[in-house]
Amino acid sequence: MFLAAIAALLLSMFIAISLGAKGLTLETVWTAIFQYNPALTPHQIIHELRLPRVIAAAVIGAAFAVAGALMQGITRNPLADTGILGINAGATFVVALSFAFWPGLPYGWIMFLSFVGAVLGTLLIFLLGMAAPGGLTSIRLTVAGAVIAAMLSSLSTGVAIYFDLSQDLAFWYAGGFGGIEWRHLKLILPVLLVTLVLTLPMARRISLMSLGEEVAINLGINLRWTRLFALTAVVVLAGVSVSAVGSIGFVGLVIPHISRKLVGVDYRLIIPMSSLLGAVLLVLADLGSRIVNPPQELAVGIMVAFVGVPFFLYLARKERRAL
Amino acid sequence: MNTNTPSRGKRSIAVSVALLCIACAVIVISLNSGTIRLSPIAVLHTLIGYGTPDDQIVLFDYRLPRILVTVLAGAGLGVAGAALQGITRNPLADPGILGLHAGAAFGLMVFVSFSHSMNGSVALLIPLFAFAGSVAAALIIMLLSYDRHNGVSPIKLILVGIAVAAGFHALTLYLSLRLDEDTYSFAARWLAGSVWGRDWVHVQALLPWVVLCISYIWSRSKTLDAFNLGDAAATSIGTPVRSQRVILLLCTVALSAVSVSMAGGIGFIGLAAPHLARRLVGPMHRHLIPAAGLIGMVILVAADTVGRTIFQPNSIPAGVVVAAIGAPYFLYLLVRTK
Repeated sequence: MFLAAIAALLLSMFIAISLGAKGLTLETVWTAIFQYNPALTPHQIIHELRLPRVIAAAVIGAAFAVAGALMQGITRNPLADTGILGINAGATFVVALSFAFWPGLPYGWIMFLSFVGAVLGTLLIFLLGMAAPGGLTSIRLTVAGAVIAAMLSSLSTGVAIYFDLSQDLAFWYAGGFGGIEWRHLKLILPVLLVTLVLTLPMARRISLMSLGEEVAINLGINLRWTRLFALTAVVVLAGVSVSAVGSIGFVGLVIPHISRKLVGVDYRLIIPMSSLLGAVLLVLADLGSRIVNPPQELAVGIMVAFVGVPFFLYLARKERRAL
Repeated sequence: MNTNTPSRGKRSIAVSVALLCIACAVIVISLNSGTIRLSPIAVLHTLIGYGTPDDQIVLFDYRLPRILVTVLAGAGLGVAGAALQGITRNPLADPGILGLHAGAAFGLMVFVSFSHSMNGSVALLIPLFAFAGSVAAALIIMLLSYDRHNGVSPIKLILVGIAVAAGFHALTLYLSLRLDEDTYSFAARWLAGSVWGRDWVHVQALLPWVVLCISYIWSRSKTLDAFNLGDAAATSIGTPVRSQRVILLLCTVALSAVSVSMAGGIGFIGLAAPHLARRLVGPMHRHLIPAAGLIGMVILVAADTVGRTIFQPNSIPAGVVVAAIGAPYFLYLLVRTK
């Protein structure tokens, strides 16, 4: 199963590199990767444009999917998504502010600011959840998240409308890998990869937590610390990803479901499987967004939703038990 | 329980009267404020027909229709929220969850994408497209969540609603990225709940729907109370659960669809108004529904007034004001209660 997923990932990455506005032969792709020659234009296209995009799509897809899987595990809510942590809304709000007050910021700065926004949005939800009597329960986390997300996105709309930047914000929000370059990748790749690897030792505890809090407590799991570690990982994974490519929904929701269907309920298998499938999905979605209507690009977020919505509807129809 | 009912009834009447007074006060303040200020006396004079021609134009042609639309839409959203929370047995349900806002937004985007004139006879076309969009969303959701064995189950309704809303969002985003900047900011403003430029036509179009749907939902208060007991218990005390649920849902959809089509996608009212009402008058729908409607009305009129007076010369859509005030309150509730 894992071999098949790895094969699918490699294949989709290879196809994504070769297809595009300028058609390239497989042979060129092969030599461009393994015998790079900066003098040749096709090699440059692959090396400077396609390769960073495809790598970014793969890693960010994995990050979104694993963040979603962790969220679903610790909240025991199969519909949980990183959206409820206020990550997208916080990032969007800070980006709206930065568009309004510091127009023309370079891409790298916007990335940094939106990561700060993502973290702030999440912190806000945490503090509120913790302030309540009874502490941070799953339900309270969900409700506080939904309300804060609604408030922040509404405030972003207000800022955008007041300063006339609605469409700029919509473009940013819709997501895309178009602006990614090697220098950005150098910043985000190590962070995401290290965090992804660090989630693996957590997987056993997440599995136990997904069985129910009492079971986990009886088995000697420290709920508070597990939750804190897992949520920190989620914030880093999703926050960095959102700040790099905008808000891409559904990956974190759909991929863990598919993984669970394929490998069962053990998060030690779900997490690696999710990361592989998430990578495949975003690589293909990015490819689709480039080749549907060239030379214009369709936003990746839209592309993912076109695939994710029907699948989600299918899941909702199949769902027999009460959630 | 029985000894409790009369006092609760009295309390709810007192609350309703108080809310009605607040609503009137807010409406009067709203009539007074704006770019051209009118004193309460001038408003009164004009209303009974003795105003200066200028005052008459300001009041009858601009301010009054706008305020009546917010009054009706606010009440509609409040009641729709209360009914939906009763039907789905989920105190966090909101017409927005059902994808109705998303559908309305899509309808609007279709209109502005394919029509190039934004002036002239669009008075009723935009609301019509928005209405069509939200009804389409509602129909898709109902068809997909309908089950041969259980009818429309509340959980499936919410699940399918989330997915359909996301799908419509994607379509809206797709269309909106292709618009030019002016059209887009017009649409964005409208979607965030701006009630600018509403005319008497809109009031006439909105009034019958709101009145009919609210009275029908109110007349079914007992059924909504019975839903709270759960399907099995409700059936055993003689409530035709499946058919009633579908009829009430249709009513809720119609009510929130007309409200959204006139006032834009305003969240939080459908969520917060029933919550507030429940705290004031308790969970019986007979008391809850009028209170929720009045609270929704107060919130929306107040938000619209604040949005168009405080941030001059640019105005902030009412929906943004509602969220900016409503969310902190909601969070306060969350922190306070167990």
